[in-house]
Amino acid sequence: MNYYKIRIRKVILYSVLLIGVIVTIAPFVWMISASLMPVGQANQFPPKFWPEKVTFEHYQTLFSRLNVTRYFLNSIVISLSITGISLIFNSMAGFAFAKYRFAGKQKLFKLLLSAMVIPAQVTMLPLFLMLNRMGFINTYWGVIIPGMASIYGIFLIRQYIISIPDSLIESARIDGAHDFYIYWKIILPVAKPILVTLALFTFMGAWNDFLWPLIVLTKDSMYTLPVVLANLMGEHVQDTEMMMAGSVITILPIIIVFLAMQKYYLRGIMLGSVKE
Amino acid sequence: MRFKIFTDMPKGNVAYLFLAPAMTAIFVFFFLPVMAALLMSFTDFDIYSLGDVSRARFVGFANYINIFQKPLFWQAIRNTAYFVVVGVPLSVVVSLLAAMGIQSKLVRFKPLFRLSYFLPVVATLVAVAVIWRFIYHPRFGILNYILGWFGIQEIDWLGNPKWAMPALIIMAVWKGFGYNMIIFIAGLQNIPESLYEAADLDGANARQTFRHITLPMLTQTTGFITLTTLIGYCQFFAEPYIMTDGGPLNSTLSIVLLMYREGFKYWRMGYSAALAFILFGIILIVTLIQMRFQRNYELL
Amino acid sequence: MKSRKRRNILGSRIQFLLLAFGILLLGCGSKTKDSRMIEFWAMGVEARHVRELLPQFEKENPGVHVKVQAIPWSAAHEKLLTAYAGNSTPDLCQLGNTWIPEFVVLDAIVPLNDFLKQSKVIQAENYFPGIWETNVIDGQLYGIPWYVDTRLMFYRKDLVEAQGYIELPTDWAEFFRLCEKLVEQQKTEYAILLPLNGWHEIVVMALQNGSKLLRDNGCYGDFEDPAFQKALRFYMDFYAKRLCPLGMSEVANIYQSFSDNYYAFFITGPWNIGEFQRRLPESMQSDWATAPMPSFDPAIPGISTAGGSSIVMFKSAASKPDVWKLVEFLSREDIQAEFFHLSGDLPASVVAWDIAGLRDNPRTEAFYRQLQHVVPTPKIPEWEQIAQKIQQYVEYAVFGKMTLEEATLELNGEVNKILEKRRWLLSKKQL
Repeated sequence: MNYYKIRIRKVILYSVLLIGVIVTIAPFVWMISASLMPVGQANQFPPKFWPEKVTFEHYQTLFSRLNVTRYFLNSIVISLSITGISLIFNSMAGFAFAKYRFAGKQKLFKLLLSAMVIPAQVTMLPLFLMLNRMGFINTYWGVIIPGMASIYGIFLIRQYIISIPDSLIESARIDGAHDFYIYWKIILPVAKPILVTLALFTFMGAWNDFLWPLIVLTKDSMYTLPVVLANLMGEHVQDTEMMMAGSVITILPIIIVFLAMQKYYLRGIMLGSVKE
Repeated sequence: MRFKIFTDMPKGNVAYLFLAPAMTAIFVFFFLPVMAALLMSFTDFDIYSLGDVSRARFVGFANYINIFQKPLFWQAIRNTAYFVVVGVPLSVVVSLLAAMGIQSKLVRFKPLFRLSYFLPVVATLVAVAVIWRFIYHPRFGILNYILGWFGIQEIDWLGNPKWAMPALIIMAVWKGFGYNMIIFIAGLQNIPESLYEAADLDGANARQTFRHITLPMLTQTTGFITLTTLIGYCQFFAEPYIMTDGGPLNSTLSIVLLMYREGFKYWRMGYSAALAFILFGIILIVTLIQMRFQRNYELL
Repeated sequence: MKSRKRRNILGSRIQFLLLAFGILLLGCGSKTKDSRMIEFWAMGVEARHVRELLPQFEKENPGVHVKVQAIPWSAAHEKLLTAYAGNSTPDLCQLGNTWIPEFVVLDAIVPLNDFLKQSKVIQAENYFPGIWETNVIDGQLYGIPWYVDTRLMFYRKDLVEAQGYIELPTDWAEFFRLCEKLVEQQKTEYAILLPLNGWHEIVVMALQNGSKLLRDNGCYGDFEDPAFQKALRFYMDFYAKRLCPLGMSEVANIYQSFSDNYYAFFITGPWNIGEFQRRLPESMQSDWATAPMPSFDPAIPGISTAGGSSIVMFKSAASKPDVWKLVEFLSREDIQAEFFHLSGDLPASVVAWDIAGLRDNPRTEAFYRQLQHVVPTPKIPEWEQIAQKIQQYVEYAVFGKMTLEEATLELNGEVNKILEKRRWLLSKKQL
């Protein structure tokens, strides 16, 4: 292939990829830009891409009048709790599946794997009634409990721990370490990369989840950010700029977390998909 | 003897301790509700029963029969099928193209492209819906504005029954293709470089290389992606729930949305549970068919 | 050595975090409720507007606080039901008046008769009787109308006047002839829009014709009754004579088609007054008007359906006298008029119509006249489901998938199936 041909190919390839970047990024840029526009400027023809005058009034309204701080904290508490608890539960189970032999292991594992085909929506109704009986409706626990363990998480951790050499565990055992010590002091530190990955997955899933919190949390003081945003959509349909500010507040934390930890996140997806 | 260090232990009782918390949570808060839902699907549990459980009765398969007789159910099936049949191939193709573009030897700044294509995946769906509702705005929306450059008339994307579903498909593909792209990139990285070098020596052109090396080597990856996307798209819910509420004229009513409506809006829980199991059946069938097509594919 | 140390730190960090969560979660479990705090749920835009009225209420009633929670209309029903199931209903709530029967069945809301007896502010005579009636179930009053809503005729005044009419015919037969003339003379493509995805039009015609829709205390459908069949036949004539387009999707934009002479009549509600003003071109603004429904019997004004929202008090309300004070406040004439100015919702209080000057505007005056003649749809929880069925079978009949007799027969069967549970409960005396 000659140099000239390669050159043309490069140009085409780059321009296609760049259009892709514009398509994926522009909506976010516009979201931020519109959130800084004065009232009414986003509803204009032809559309305005940049604010004529930057204003923070919508953020002010959201934080002062609509008490967004509270929702932000709700989101944080719920997402962190789900992440923390599920990390412990899943890693313990993943460890057991990877490094122990016990009666019914294969059967149990197969059962869990095939259960992944069951859509979560099947459980919604009875789960609601059940948590209601237990008094968890309109509490943080109502949202946290269904996320405490996940089959996918167990599977992901098991895949990783299985590749940890047995000799590491063996030598610890010879030193007289008991099982929980091995789990806590040897397995967890070695499995740190996958734990971080899973933590990110879980956190993002919990942060972005909207249907279950919408059902379980009845009082608005308990709402999470996505639920509030969906609510605002009903109440402030016309206030485009304010809705955009709300979207920025909802999206920004998760994007920051993602950008900071993207290395782990992307690797985790590959781990979950490629058969070792 | 892989587990020999533990053979001197009382047959792995410790393992059960490690399993207990996660398994309890999964059994109590997942399997039990699934069972309960199955049971419920054979009852007429409804708004009357909400205040007083004695007002529910066993009705056998009446809910299932009832569902199959409802035109709205078939409409939901058609809509979901539309979404799946158009959306899944589109999503798979777009993510494969993106992955190949980024992995091309000619391209630098790979991480940057990867990152930007992945951003929509991370973003909160509700917020994305807020943005896209405005992109689709018939008068002030950017999409119609850009289409206007090409002389295309204003389209009422979310208000017209003909366009509402394509609009949701575009948004869903935009939101999700980055995820599959990453998996494809992993798959591409696993293809030995030597294969391409050999093809190059044989004088194969780009199309031939793609057909005879890239595609066959990605069979497993493509199978995995198609399956997961398929399952995910069958459960199409949040997009229509937030963007159109199933409208206009039920043109975006999906199975899960119908289920949600029946269950939580009208509180016909028996009926809704039956719908959930029909959906489960559909997903199971789709999975089996897909796995048959992809013979050498193993579940994860 | 170094790596070993790192592990220790990691281990302790996780432990620390877990502890922190535990404390955080426990801390969030306890909550105290102020008994003089009224929780008021309102839907969508109404929530925003009612908030603006409340400072005055709080000033008039020192010590009482109102917290308004907005619920989007689209999620209102499920929100209320899950709140009921989860024992976290508000004290006071806006409720679409067709939803009241459901919450009565659930035993979730308080009868207001005793409050009403002692009230100086709220008098039944100040309300449109048909609207008031929607709040009364088995002789008990469960809600106070907040704002009202009904359907009537929006029409092209210029086209009707060109046919020699001073105003819209009040008689269906005459109206039908007018429709035929418009189409014959090619003044319009079609005459009227009767969307097949709605049920109001056929239900209004049936009610006007004396059909009760249901019989035996709402236990059976009554659609094979000649009164219903006659109404349906009349309704189908609009399609048979091509006076009405089949299928809504043909009419991509109802406002544009209205000004493009695609059709001249449209049965719809008060929210469209604003929409017509906004969306019709300037040149059209003097050419459209509203009028009450025609009638089958010219001696009796044509009735329509009673819609709108009421305010209801939940059984869980902590301080019912305080809550009632808020109900009275929202029902006061001046506040009702004020609320109209904020939201555009038609006031439930008749006096407020004069204060707000609504009767001076001929377009809203038509609604005033119509509201004197509205009736509730059957007050049973299953009504919404039944309405869906009516819509579905009417569509079958119109498209010729079934004859009129087949459609009503099957509709009756379906409705009887829906009502089976109600009959069972009534027979067990559980209702």
